[in-house]
Amino acid sequence: MSPEAGRSEPLRGRAHTFGENIDTDRIIPARYLTRHDPAFLAQHCMEDEDPTFASRVQAGDFIVAGPNFGCGSSREHAPISIKAAGVAGVIAPTFARIFFRNAINTGLPILECPEAVAGIEPGDDLEVDFATGAIRNLTRGVEYQARPLPEFVLEIVAAGGLIPYVRRQLGTAS
Amino acid sequence: MGMTITEKILAAHAGRPAVEPGEIVTCKVDLVLGNDVTAPVAIKEFRKIGVDRVFDPERVALVASHFAPNKDIAAATQAKEMRDFAREQGIRHHYDVGDMGIEHALLPEKGLTVPGQVIIGADSHTCTYGAVGAFSTGVGSTDMAAAMATGTAWLKVPETHRFVLRGKLGRWVSGKDLILYLIGQIGVDGALYAAMEFDGPAIRSLSMEARLTVTNMAIEAGAKSGIISPDEVTLAYLRKRAQYPLRLYRSDDDARFARTYEFDVSRLEPQVALPFMPENTRPISEVGDVPVDQVFIGSCTNGRIEDLRIAASLLKGNKVHDGVRCLVIPATQGVYLQAMREGLLEVFLEAGAAVSTPTCGACLGGHMGVLAEGERCLSTTNRNFPGRMGHPKAEVYLASPAVAAATAITGRIAHPEEVARHVA
Repeated sequence: MSPEAGRSEPLRGRAHTFGENIDTDRIIPARYLTRHDPAFLAQHCMEDEDPTFASRVQAGDFIVAGPNFGCGSSREHAPISIKAAGVAGVIAPTFARIFFRNAINTGLPILECPEAVAGIEPGDDLEVDFATGAIRNLTRGVEYQARPLPEFVLEIVAAGGLIPYVRRQLGTAS
Repeated sequence: MGMTITEKILAAHAGRPAVEPGEIVTCKVDLVLGNDVTAPVAIKEFRKIGVDRVFDPERVALVASHFAPNKDIAAATQAKEMRDFAREQGIRHHYDVGDMGIEHALLPEKGLTVPGQVIIGADSHTCTYGAVGAFSTGVGSTDMAAAMATGTAWLKVPETHRFVLRGKLGRWVSGKDLILYLIGQIGVDGALYAAMEFDGPAIRSLSMEARLTVTNMAIEAGAKSGIISPDEVTLAYLRKRAQYPLRLYRSDDDARFARTYEFDVSRLEPQVALPFMPENTRPISEVGDVPVDQVFIGSCTNGRIEDLRIAASLLKGNKVHDGVRCLVIPATQGVYLQAMREGLLEVFLEAGAAVSTPTCGACLGGHMGVLAEGERCLSTTNRNFPGRMGHPKAEVYLASPAVAAATAITGRIAHPEEVARHVA
């Protein structure tokens, strides 16, 4: 792993929980896809699932969701809206594969951990280290270890996303 | 040990003799696709990479499909960003209003998708092109940006789930019914990260258009791709349209399939997916009495000429039921023209249906046929998530064009046989 990833520190925030198969239409409805500025998309994040989410979420909070999070469309507006809403990362047992790629590529931290999802209740205080995969539920005093990301994927994460990674590859990084 | 068709295509594009499921490989891409929603984000990211030109302007396709013709000023701005980029980069495969279509109907029709290619597209239904024997998968805008700059993409080699379908299909049973049935069997994450390979006599009996419907919805089972190895049907379809050389692969007899499913579909009924998941599928005889407010026939799933033909065959001489709005949207300019020549548009209009120029609009609740709170739509599209076609408290039922036409006539979800018998 590169030095950047090693520098990351555990993040603390509250858990917002969601069910299984949360699709991208519920993360950011298509009616808002006529624009792609992050601040606008953040205002409508999760709107059709929980209209109060965008106003309740605090910078540094986490989304904790059921399996197959982000299924449906390829819209990158979904991870963009989550990140711009201030969410520090998403924890789920599994992610839909395009959402998984989009999160990695755009620098939205994600972890796959079924045990943590089963044990976390709405509003729990969490401490999460996305580099090591360690998840601590501070409210309940329980620790979990997420499945590690593949090494190649960690390189993209460490570079800060796919664009900085490609810049480095092409030698266009300043 | 043998390889699957998917592994062979990925190995060839990674410059490797062989690849295994789970490996991450960097593949050359033959075609990179974006639309008016995803390309503007990709263009923004492309600008950050520090290269001036796309890797090959002949291998980038940009299709104004989602909010085209422009639904409002914001959508117009996005379409313009894509148009300006296409001009700047000399991208010939930029399809705008007047020669566009829904991308996944348009690119196969234009012969841009051929067997053996690796295609990535910033649209989840990019998996459609597996019907011609290509590896094709949906990605996000940043992946599209990186591929436009480098001509490559990183891909995890998927394991393959094989679906062998046997039996002769009933009269009203289509490709749509097969894929809805399979998604109902395995669930919306039943093939998560996997390639779905479709085979067996029932698949081989399908036309290319019906096969495109099957692979189109692989994403609805969570799959990375759907694929059907090329055969005579594929070659006949491509004979006059292929823009690139064909590279024909098939899975080896000793290829490893992570799972193999076998189904006898000879007694399958038309299928309907109830709200709010494509896996919530039932045979039509178990759907019950469900009145609808709107019927939509179109989309990348079911907006091709065969879809319009079967819908018109039922609507001919009939009227759309009082209180039901029926929308027919041919998927491409070519389909529209053909439907006009065959007199299908006249059938739809005389029946009281509305016909529009190609657009993805209705399918994603973008424009053209958005649903109000509490309304119910029977749609030939691919997703019925809450809010998919409009208000989050509207309901979408998914089915074939034949079921859609029968439903438009009766005003409630109906078996095509009911209408056909009545007509006869």
